[in-house]
Amino acid sequence: MEQQAESYINDIKFAYLSPKMIKEMAKAKVVTPELYDKEGYPVDGGLMDVRLGVIDPGLRCKTDGQRIKDSLGHFGYVELARPVIHISFVALILDLLRCTCRETGELLIPKNKIKGYVDELDAIEAAQGVSERRKRVVELIHVMRATTKSPSGVKQKKITLEKPSTFLEDERRISPIEIRARLERISDDDLPLFGINPEAMRPEWAVLTMLLIPPVTMRPSITLETGERSEDDLTHKLGDIVRINQRLFENINAGAPEIIIEDLWDLLQYHITTFFNNEVPQLPPARHRSGQPLKTITARIKSKEGRIRHNLAGKRTNFSARTVISPDPAIEINEVGVPKIMAMKLTVPERVTQWNMEYLKRFVQKGAKSYPGANYIIRPDGRRKRITDEAKEALLEEIQPGFVVERHLLDGDVALFNRQPSLHRMSMMCHKVRVLPGKTLRMNPSVTIPYNADFDGDEMNLHIPQTEEARAEAEILMQVQTQIVSPRFGLSIVGCHQDAVTGNYVLSKYLTFTRQEAIDLLMIIGVEDFSRLPNKKVISGREVFSVVLPEDFNFVAEPRSKSEQDIENAVVIKNGNFEKGVLDKSQLGAGAGLLLRTLHKKYGADRMVTILGHIFKLGVNTLLKYGFTAAISDTDLSVESDERIRQLLNEAEADVHKMIMEYEQGTLELLPGRSLDETVELKILERLNKARNDTGTIAAENAVKTTGTMLMVQSGGRGNLINVAQMAACVGQQAFRGGRISTGYKGRTLSCFKKGDLGSEARGFIRNSFRSGLKPHETFFMAMTGRDSLMDTALRTPKSGYLYRRLANALQDIKVDYDGTVRDASGKIVQFQYGEDSMDVSKTEGGKFNVKNIIETMGDH
Amino acid sequence: MLPPSIKKEVETYVKENKLTAAKAKKAQETVEREYTYGKVDAGEAVGTIAAESIGEPGTQMTLDTFHFAGVSEMNVTMGLPRLIEVLDARKTISTEMMEVYLHAPYKEGQDIKKIAEKIKETSFREYIKEVNIDVLEAVMTIALDSEKMALVDASPDKLVKILAKSAKGVSFKADGNTIIAKSTSKSDTLKEIYLLKEKIKSIYINGVKGISMVLPVKRDEEFLLVTAGTNYKSILKIDGVDTARTITNNLYEIEALLGIEAARQAIINEIEKVLDNQGIDIDVRHVLLVADTMTMTGKVLGISRYGIVKEKQSVLARASFETPLKHVFSAAMHGELDPLNSVIENVMMNQPVPLGTGIPKLVMKK
Repeated sequence: MEQQAESYINDIKFAYLSPKMIKEMAKAKVVTPELYDKEGYPVDGGLMDVRLGVIDPGLRCKTDGQRIKDSLGHFGYVELARPVIHISFVALILDLLRCTCRETGELLIPKNKIKGYVDELDAIEAAQGVSERRKRVVELIHVMRATTKSPSGVKQKKITLEKPSTFLEDERRISPIEIRARLERISDDDLPLFGINPEAMRPEWAVLTMLLIPPVTMRPSITLETGERSEDDLTHKLGDIVRINQRLFENINAGAPEIIIEDLWDLLQYHITTFFNNEVPQLPPARHRSGQPLKTITARIKSKEGRIRHNLAGKRTNFSARTVISPDPAIEINEVGVPKIMAMKLTVPERVTQWNMEYLKRFVQKGAKSYPGANYIIRPDGRRKRITDEAKEALLEEIQPGFVVERHLLDGDVALFNRQPSLHRMSMMCHKVRVLPGKTLRMNPSVTIPYNADFDGDEMNLHIPQTEEARAEAEILMQVQTQIVSPRFGLSIVGCHQDAVTGNYVLSKYLTFTRQEAIDLLMIIGVEDFSRLPNKKVISGREVFSVVLPEDFNFVAEPRSKSEQDIENAVVIKNGNFEKGVLDKSQLGAGAGLLLRTLHKKYGADRMVTILGHIFKLGVNTLLKYGFTAAISDTDLSVESDERIRQLLNEAEADVHKMIMEYEQGTLELLPGRSLDETVELKILERLNKARNDTGTIAAENAVKTTGTMLMVQSGGRGNLINVAQMAACVGQQAFRGGRISTGYKGRTLSCFKKGDLGSEARGFIRNSFRSGLKPHETFFMAMTGRDSLMDTALRTPKSGYLYRRLANALQDIKVDYDGTVRDASGKIVQFQYGEDSMDVSKTEGGKFNVKNIIETMGDH
Repeated sequence: MLPPSIKKEVETYVKENKLTAAKAKKAQETVEREYTYGKVDAGEAVGTIAAESIGEPGTQMTLDTFHFAGVSEMNVTMGLPRLIEVLDARKTISTEMMEVYLHAPYKEGQDIKKIAEKIKETSFREYIKEVNIDVLEAVMTIALDSEKMALVDASPDKLVKILAKSAKGVSFKADGNTIIAKSTSKSDTLKEIYLLKEKIKSIYINGVKGISMVLPVKRDEEFLLVTAGTNYKSILKIDGVDTARTITNNLYEIEALLGIEAARQAIINEIEKVLDNQGIDIDVRHVLLVADTMTMTGKVLGISRYGIVKEKQSVLARASFETPLKHVFSAAMHGELDPLNSVIENVMMNQPVPLGTGIPKLVMKK
């Protein structure tokens, strides 16, 4: 951590290892499958040879003299008794053998013949990859060959592949030795045709004569509780290879019969193949004694759990925490409440200077067990010392400028707060720490929206940045106030919801206070300056609200529609006075309305966060004072309304009945392009939906507007008119896979209906309301659609997740360059101007650059 | 430097509100200052932002939603499946559709049914009222649907010509409103006639190939035709079709006929259509960026392992997406050089990524 990174990797070159290079880079030749001697010390020339690195504490690596963790490990090699084919190159070897002469190694057609196709081949390679290129080369050569002889007159034979890795020439097996010899004869000049760069690879390297042994550190053994050693899968596999290889050597030297040698050779081929890839289709996978397949090299790299996606593209961190979250409206939007127990584990490193030495010593004095203390001291040489009660005094003496003290988390430290799935950048924001009692992480309910969190058991993560650079970036780029305006649509993504919306609605529409009450309310939300509260006996809710607004704030909301009521309810704020209108979700909600966006633009993020905090608390506390409840009686309708709803539904059912009659008689007029069955379904569905909507209108019109339920609906705090209609009037048609419910029993939905009944009731129309109660079959239909929608959600999540992963992968390198163009990683221009006007979405107002507003308010600056 | 649209907006404002020259100048300056402030910062990871902006609401979209394209008779795939289809740049899409706009006087509704009928691909089946087979004579008498024929200006003679062309070994003769078909070969004629009966039903007679359904729709005081199936090229050739506004939802037909810029616009329109339908608010700039990335090479590339990801220069970036071994093997065969200039490889190497604050390469003096 203390070392400045001084070297960077500029680029990485990919190429294959030649046998020569393998021998050069290897530090030990492995000759015996034995691992340890009787004392448990690694055997020389074995797979755990200390020259290949060490995994036991106390041993030193013989190559670099380092101990465990300092020694990265070194490669070794095995000299194979007989060459073996590398399984990943079987297709390449086959193509090469088929296209070149079996004796001279030249191409099977005169070279100039294929020259005209080079452009086409390059195009294929660019579009579809090397394997397609080779396929085309083989095809071309096959077509252009006039004879079965090579240009120099050697007769060719037919070469076939017997999967996985046996090559046949006219039914006779070609040994890997022969294959290697043939591949060696292919000239460098011919290789580019097959998409091979001769500087990176020679084809004969595809037949192994030398096997590289990965370092011990790459396949550490684990010691079980019983003291028994359990080796890594790779070590097992390598042991097999070395053992068979040694036996093969011995047999060859002893002059054993050819058949024994062949068998051993095949076995060696099998072991080496499964060492590289244990999922070759034609081979039985190598298994543990327990029967589970070995995890060899391919499996280690591949897939989500493989090295690339799991370890290289994804990192793990220290100084992080995770626990359940709960709401706390008393802390600010940009704060996070951290339990004390966490604050004592998560630490911040602070470097000792002559100016802060006394300050930091106080933490050390407190020790690790009392808050606020410190856990570790880091000496300038990088050595870490735990602060214990015994060592405390000595450490206090020792501390000097240059030391680092890892002190406990304090109020005001920066932390990154995150909830998965991290779908957008607002899923990980920087908060200021507030150390609190309790055992959960606390957050202001306003920030649940960007995190998409609720408190039904959600857990969230906390990370503490450890360097000045990281802290600065977190504070400047990631703090909640800098993230308030969403880059998705240019509006505030943090806002009020639920109680806060309803509270402000009630406040601005209905309430009046005495001055004393108003002051009370403002005190609760943390406003202490009442100079702007009018000195009157009766103070309206709007006047209370005005106190939290800046004095020079002007805002006129666009009415939602041209109706008289909407114009009346449009918010007008002049010079910080809330003159007219009603606050609801369209102004205060997240991702809606320009009120919050305008505050942000005019007063900046920090001030806007304070104001939003006040507005939020004002709403919640208004409801606390005013009293708020939703009751079943909220959905009671007058007797006449109930009667009208009943009539409407009866009419609809009669209409449906008529349609069914027409359908049965065949007199129903067909919709163009639809069959009779489809037509009747569509028409019934339409009619029933109309009935539901009509009853809903009646319910909405007749419900008492000042009941809790209706206040929530009107303010947008929770629920909508359809919910009300379903509670008061009629639940309506249950849609299932895009139509009425039609599956279940043979010819009917439930056994209580007649077969072929197309009537509204038999096909999932629920005419009861939630208040009047559902009949058994209605409840069942509802459960059906409920489960259908659960299924929909379950199926959608992975689909959209994959789409997102692909989008992120494709677009992650695209950035704005210094010249204003948008470019990808290799510098190709994607757009000449970002979004055709170079505007940053998060600096626009709902995606627009508001010229009118800018000119009208320019006098203010 | 203000973009033309903003410049124009300022000018209109100045004119409409009759600002004084001094005030107009100040307005101009203020707007310019605000614009400069509102520009994207260099190094901003706009690609990631676009991906997040589209990917995040993807979780809220509904699956398997259908949208009625103006008429309840026709369903069009919408929602997440359609979005995936567009971004993948699939060659075959689930519901192909065209909106055919017409010139006057047809757009007022004149002959609209007739045009619809003309465009729709019809086979002989639809013109048959009745088929009678005389078993003794081995003669088939086909009674024609005169109403249907009138719609497409077909006459029995014309039909006979088409039939004769596609069904060999049979003689057709028009007789009033019927067609008489006789096999010209000698043996086994009865069996052949029965086979023929089925065969001629599927003979293509009229309309545009690939258009399986045409519906006249009235939208904003104007009649247009909505079709199921698409054949952009042939439709545009028909008289009375407004070529400027007629559109298909098949990206490749647009690319082939109108070029890559049109395909780019089509991608944008299709994505916006899905987003509007789902009521999801995403700024166009993100959609523009995605469409530009998909079309920057001059051909439409999908956001998939065969499309954009394949075009990446970096071996490790490709390997980290899907099928890592394949990429590494082929890179080694080529002796490829990974310049480590994109995000993911630098994450792998534990180095600063070339985005945002990772771009400046400043090192503190020791």
